Amino acid sequence: MKNPLDSLWGTVISGVILTAVFFVLVRNIVGG
Amino acid sequence: MDWGTFIQYGLGRWLHIGSGVMWVGMLYYFNFVQVAALKAAAADGTAAGITKHVAPRALLFFRWSAVATWVFGAMLLGGSFLGALLLRERALVPIGVGAWLGTIMLFNVWVLIWPNQKKILGMSPATDEEKNKARRVAFLASRTNTMLSIPMLFFMVASHGVFNRATFFF
Repeated sequence: MKNPLDSLWGTVISGVILTAVFFVLVRNIVGG
Repeated sequence: MDWGTFIQYGLGRWLHIGSGVMWVGMLYYFNFVQVAALKAAAADGTAAGITKHVAPRALLFFRWSAVATWVFGAMLLGGSFLGALLLRERALVPIGVGAWLGTIMLFNVWVLIWPNQKKILGMSPATDEEKNKARRVAFLASRTNTMLSIPMLFFMVASHGVFNRATFFF
């Protein structure tokens, strides 16, 4: 599998996915 | 408002955001502009213009604005610094996640990007093989920071008011 960080779009999309994952985790901790 | 509060929250926030703009601005310059520009410049033999005159200057502001951003961020957190980094209090969890992402990014700048960029740019001695390895490590660390900057910015800037209990006092 190709490393998504090799492409600029792969990097940005990975960042957005990571944001969503952290958002769900933090929302479960703090509520909201 | 007393002077201490003004310096910590007024000046602190101003300088934290200002140096953060410089840091992430340079990071985006490297990733969105310089990587592609170097490829094109190498093809027509003009890469030295970038590697000699642009990259060292950009890296200077990049690595020191990273330090400044972190220091002013820590100053802004003040007494909540440990509570945020240890994710101890619910209200501090969002900014704590942002602070952790920023801290990992600072580590990447000073431990992975800068020492390897010195080898690539000929500021520290390295064989061709070491340079090739350094190129890959610095590239991936830089791309990792670009990826991490997206959730980092969300938790630093955009999360106020998004989470119910995340009320900040700074």
